[in-house]
Amino acid sequence: MKRLSAFFLSLLLALSILPQPQAKAEPVTINVYNWGQYISDGTDGYIDVNKAFTEATGIEVNYMTFDTNETMYTKLKTGGSSYDIIIPSDYMVARLIAEDMLEEIDFSNIPNYKYVDEAYRNTSYDPENKYSVPYTWGTVGVIYNTKYVDEADTGSWDLLWNTKYDGKILMFDNPRDAFAISELLLGIDINSEDRDELRTAAYKLIEQKPLVQAYVMDQIFAAMEREEAWIAPYYAGDYLLMVEENPDLGFYFPEEGFNLFIDAICIPKGCQNKAAAEAYINFLCDPEVNAENLEYLGYSTPLSEAKQYMDPDMVESEIAYPPEEVLEGGGAFINLSSETSQYTDSLWLEVKTQGGVDTYAIVCMAAVAVFLVIYFIVHRIKTKKRLANRCRKWKT
Amino acid sequence: MKSKALAAPYLVWMALFTIVPLAIVAYYAFTDSQTGELTLKNISNLGNYMPILIKSIWLALVSTAICLVIGYPVAYYIANCDEVKQRFLYMLVMLPMCISFLLRTLAWVALTEDTGIINNFIVSLGLEPLPLIRNDGAVVLGMVYNYLPYMIMPLYTVIMKIDRRLVEAAEDLGCSGPQTFKRVILPLSTPGIISGFTMVFVPAVSTFYISQKLGSSGTTLIGDVIESQFKTAYNPNLGAALSLVLMVMIFICVGVTNRFGDDEEVMAP
Repeated sequence: MKRLSAFFLSLLLALSILPQPQAKAEPVTINVYNWGQYISDGTDGYIDVNKAFTEATGIEVNYMTFDTNETMYTKLKTGGSSYDIIIPSDYMVARLIAEDMLEEIDFSNIPNYKYVDEAYRNTSYDPENKYSVPYTWGTVGVIYNTKYVDEADTGSWDLLWNTKYDGKILMFDNPRDAFAISELLLGIDINSEDRDELRTAAYKLIEQKPLVQAYVMDQIFAAMEREEAWIAPYYAGDYLLMVEENPDLGFYFPEEGFNLFIDAICIPKGCQNKAAAEAYINFLCDPEVNAENLEYLGYSTPLSEAKQYMDPDMVESEIAYPPEEVLEGGGAFINLSSETSQYTDSLWLEVKTQGGVDTYAIVCMAAVAVFLVIYFIVHRIKTKKRLANRCRKWKT
Repeated sequence: MKSKALAAPYLVWMALFTIVPLAIVAYYAFTDSQTGELTLKNISNLGNYMPILIKSIWLALVSTAICLVIGYPVAYYIANCDEVKQRFLYMLVMLPMCISFLLRTLAWVALTEDTGIINNFIVSLGLEPLPLIRNDGAVVLGMVYNYLPYMIMPLYTVIMKIDRRLVEAAEDLGCSGPQTFKRVILPLSTPGIISGFTMVFVPAVSTFYISQKLGSSGTTLIGDVIESQFKTAYNPNLGAALSLVLMVMIFICVGVTNRFGDDEEVMAP
């Protein structure tokens, strides 16, 4: 009986390994690598972009996320994984172009490119418009909780240095955004390559560190919504998402200026399915898809055509689409030389690891070490003596 | 001869996935990130990270000591229960390990936050919220909570195997309770203490997730720095150098503790 059931089991196993006769041809899959919380995924009744794309084209989407441009860059650089679509920010696009890591896009496969506004073509990061298609644009400002933060303290970046809110301040966990804030406050150009200026900016960040609750990226959502933290610099589009969860949150554009960014869709070198990737880009640029996707995201669209499909409240929002005079305060990041990038990285590490030597810990550890050594030596001597004694006893 | 043949797959595995990666780590540690030339720059820069290294070792030592103090009586108690109870209690110790380590740490965050469960309760009583999270204590708590089973397991295994007759003999020969413990049980359980120490200290000193979630912006540990070098800063050379130094430190610590074990064995004959 046992043998019979074993036979059947192995038969079943063998059957399951055999190719299924009704199996279809392998569907094409593209690997999409995007920021976290950066696509409409079907929650709150909005479109599920990836699913809709698969339904429209039959191409499967393998969707992965990163939390900073630098993480994405490192992942691309260390290799071992191939992506068909990536969505970095402007300065990172320029860096990837400079390091020859992007494929040229065949725009004839992207008819919807015609909807992209003139202002978002031939941008400074991709002057010849060969490698990127804009996905969204937006601004960085300060999000604060109106219940706890005094309105009189707002208006400037110095709110993030205000000792009154010790431990309730969050900060960007990437060097480019963090240094920009410090530089704006100090009146330094956000694209400065001057080492002294960068060092001054780093000192400013070190000065802020004791007040900072945590260096975070998308954890900001939870911390601000639940009021664990009261003040955080972040992307305006994400503020619009947070304020729906917690209506007490406020937002302002700091008077010293702020970062104005464009995130763009690119195809990295090593892409496996370029045509499918271009179909994906084209799909994202479809005004109706774009409208619903970005309405969910809260970020601003580079396609004026899409605005007609959006909720009019969203289009009129002065945070998503700030008036001209506010936008004048915005500055774009440009790519820094690799030496400066490295120098900034090392300064950033210095900021993050800053902290005095813990003398208390050293004293305690030294005391324990001394005690152990003494114990060890004494124990050794004792044991030797005891063994010697034992030997003597045996002899007598 | 036969045993050698059986060990061959593991030897190949070890060569491929332990020796070769270690060689690569060493290679990266001694090369320049830009030019790829041999350099001592990464190693000589390590002075900057000394405070962090000291802090990491300190917090790991404190956690290990607390684990030992909590874990030893627990292991001793379990080992002295009857068999059914033993199995049940042992399973209870192991049970938290069935849940992801990340999830358990996040659960502590939810408990200890300023707006977390404990503080909400305290506030509802009309008291001031306590600073439970984002300090060294919270990091130690996280480490102790996560690594305690690794201390209890080896201790339990060793204590369980102690021959009961030795304890009886000690009592018959007039040892008081504490004396029996000090002269018989403790020396015989030293191997358990040593392996428990190693199993807790080694992961604790190189942890990065616990310090990120439960620590403050000031409790950056050496594991966090290494992680950042590989994840965002794209400087694997510095990361490799730091890992190498950490590894040497761990070897020294483990070596020192193993000396204690050797010493105890001298007494045995």
